Amino acid sequence: MTTAAPPLPSVPRGRVKLLAHWEDRLAQGLLLTSCAVLVVFLLAPLAMILVKSTEDKSGAFVGLQLFREYLQNAALRDSAFNTLWVALVVTAVTVPLAFTFAYALTRSCIPWKGGFRLIALTPILSPSMLAAISFIQWFGNQGALKSWLFGNTVYGPIGIIISAVYAIFPHALMIVLTSLLLADGRLYEAAESLGTPRLRKFFTITLPGARYGLVSAAMVVFSYTVSDFGIPKVIGGNFSVLAIDIFKQVIGQQNFNRGAVVSLVLLLPVLLAFIVDWWMQGRQQSQFSARAVPFAPKPSRGFDLAMLTFCIVVSVFILAVLGMAIYTSFIKLWPYDLSFSLRHYIFGLIDGGVIDSYFNSLKMALLTAAIGTTLVFGTAYLLEKTRGMRTMRAFIRLLATIPMAVPGMVLGLGYIFFFNHPDNPLHFLYGGMLILAASTIVHYYTSSHLTAVTALKALDNEFEAVSASLKVPFYKTFFRVTVPVCLPAILDIARYLFINAMVTISAVVFLYSPDTKVASIAIINLDEAGG
Amino acid sequence: MTAPAVSSDEPYLKLSGVTKRFGKFTALSGIALAGLETQDEGTIVQGGRDISRLPAMQRDYGIVFQSYALFPNLTIFANVAYGLVNRRKGQDAIKRRVAELLKLIGLPDAGSKYPGQLSGGQQQRIALARALATSPGLLLLDEPLSALDALERLRLRGEIRALQQRLGVTTVMVTHDQEEALSMADKVVVMNQGRIEQVGTPQQIYRDPASAFVADFVGKVNVLSAVAEGAGRFRVGSLVLQGGIGMEAVAPGTRVKLYLRPEDVLVDGAVQSNPNAAPGKVIKVEFLGAFCLVTVTLVGAEDQPLVVNLSRHSSDEMNLVEGTALQIGLPPDCLRLL
Repeated sequence: MTTAAPPLPSVPRGRVKLLAHWEDRLAQGLLLTSCAVLVVFLLAPLAMILVKSTEDKSGAFVGLQLFREYLQNAALRDSAFNTLWVALVVTAVTVPLAFTFAYALTRSCIPWKGGFRLIALTPILSPSMLAAISFIQWFGNQGALKSWLFGNTVYGPIGIIISAVYAIFPHALMIVLTSLLLADGRLYEAAESLGTPRLRKFFTITLPGARYGLVSAAMVVFSYTVSDFGIPKVIGGNFSVLAIDIFKQVIGQQNFNRGAVVSLVLLLPVLLAFIVDWWMQGRQQSQFSARAVPFAPKPSRGFDLAMLTFCIVVSVFILAVLGMAIYTSFIKLWPYDLSFSLRHYIFGLIDGGVIDSYFNSLKMALLTAAIGTTLVFGTAYLLEKTRGMRTMRAFIRLLATIPMAVPGMVLGLGYIFFFNHPDNPLHFLYGGMLILAASTIVHYYTSSHLTAVTALKALDNEFEAVSASLKVPFYKTFFRVTVPVCLPAILDIARYLFINAMVTISAVVFLYSPDTKVASIAIINLDEAGG
Repeated sequence: MTAPAVSSDEPYLKLSGVTKRFGKFTALSGIALAGLETQDEGTIVQGGRDISRLPAMQRDYGIVFQSYALFPNLTIFANVAYGLVNRRKGQDAIKRRVAELLKLIGLPDAGSKYPGQLSGGQQQRIALARALATSPGLLLLDEPLSALDALERLRLRGEIRALQQRLGVTTVMVTHDQEEALSMADKVVVMNQGRIEQVGTPQQIYRDPASAFVADFVGKVNVLSAVAEGAGRFRVGSLVLQGGIGMEAVAPGTRVKLYLRPEDVLVDGAVQSNPNAAPGKVIKVEFLGAFCLVTVTLVGAEDQPLVVNLSRHSSDEMNLVEGTALQIGLPPDCLRLL
């Protein structure tokens, strides 16, 4: 009865392949559909930009001719330089601010932490132009605090920088906050028992622990500033940046090919930031083991007071920006007639047609949230929990990370090239609401995808195996178990897509039609009209 | 380990030439048998049906995982009924079956609770009930006890064994715990890096390990480096030991390893007429409650210490402490050559 195993051949001879069940076929078919959607709505438009950048206006291939022209054009070169230095300054200002704020929220014993956090996150809820508009009201030609600029004008780099810092601050804060929250209290206890002074603890434990978060935040801030269109449009004055150049080339001069070239130039730094971030994330090892003890700060009078002061100053700043926008919306003719009036809400919104734009925004945001959440979560589920087609899975994972590295304007321009092409069977989408929703979903795909994957990874991997053993098809388990358990993450995704769809401007600025004009576009138009 | 469900010559479950290279050797039976992963080669026959290439949905098995994998948003009732609902059975039939299963596993009142409200052991019982609900022909247990604490593990071990014998369902259990394997199985398959090292009853596995890996993995074992001297004799240091029956064939001069279980080593009074007796000295005594592990060296082979397993009574009687001199016997029939 007792038998020893015979020696095995060193290389396995051809794998045994399982027969496919119709259920596997269904999952694979759905995954294939997801892949096709991402190819059509992400890859193809981007490829079209590459193609267009090597063609002249008549469509003839000219190779790198347009890039050469671009480099010879001093004005365009200037805006590339402007874009870079402004983005660097914004990064250098925002990241320390966000880090200090997050540090105060996690490592001090100040009161009202929840309130500070809430205030700091409010800028997410408004379009980036709101900050620019508000700063014009504070510091513009008729601004209340114009003298604070010592004769400098807010229309230009100063305005862009402070507006961008305001708009991007909450995004940076969330990233840094997460990395600081993941601290292991035991490390600090160990350091304390060794008599480590506070400053040394900061440099040997806190900073190394948060460094990936800091790099990530810096890259997000940098990319956001480089690709943002709303802020320089409103407050940039004659100061040219790449995002404005694309807009001018495409909308102003109808020079689509040069627009494609500029958008590729814009893509470059963002792509670079993305790669740096991605590379850093890959090096990051989880410092937060399952046994880690959350850090609990101890009161320290001087330090807490300093942190409290800092948080109050930042909060007042944020509230001042928001407050000015709200305040002036109720003023008859700011800054000349400061009496209270609802005329902007009546004439501005209703008569100005802005109310229609507002409803368009709502409609678009709802579409984005509904379709986007389904697509993102469904795809992530199929990726994580079904089997087969390994190569395609890797390909879809790659596609899902690309949108993070693509500025909205670049995506929007790609959509023009791809969907406005008369031979495209999807041409009917052009000018409709669906294309706005599609571009927004794709633009914000990566973060949503990561949220979904994280939630799905937290689920027991054996659920699908158990279902299969009980002969329950995967989609039943998906609806009965996966969706209910992941509901918080699903709602997170829907909310994220909805909010961003309400305030986004970069991709849709190229794609809206008179019927589908959304509110964020209407703001830009009003601003142009001097309203 | 398998328990034949039907007492015919043909085993209910047959694996022939199945190989699978996994990082974790335990994965073979649990995963490949369930059709969740495929074997590299070979066939799997269940109840006379070749299921080698069938997808999981078309195989007949129930499975229990180390992590329980209970659906957290469903009640215990809904969890157990999960596979039944899909078989278009009537509500009453489902209710009856679930009640029956919950009674079987000793948790008749748990139906309306959620998995999070139960202890680990209770959850694992529920997972067992869910796997058994559809009366599968084969039950797969993938390290079902690993996540439980020591006491609960011991209790559930007995319960699963009793349940399995009562239902007579062929069961394959994957475990890292050799004690679990020995105490629960009718037949043990010892695997090492995806390869079968030995198949046999627990007694065979323990008494007659087929390889050095099995000897070392299942239970403790002493290893002595020796040189064969012919006629079944082996030299260890300056000592010459007599081997057991069947060890005569080793050519003189061959370097070999001799294996001996700690409980097979004889001490003092028990040595008596043993041919392999030698004086020794205690160098360490490890007290483990019911028994002691005593490390000794043999005079003439000081570089190869032996571990001896003694009951608490005998070690107390002999008053063993470090440095105690004693007589050691190595019974020829207990020596193994692997």
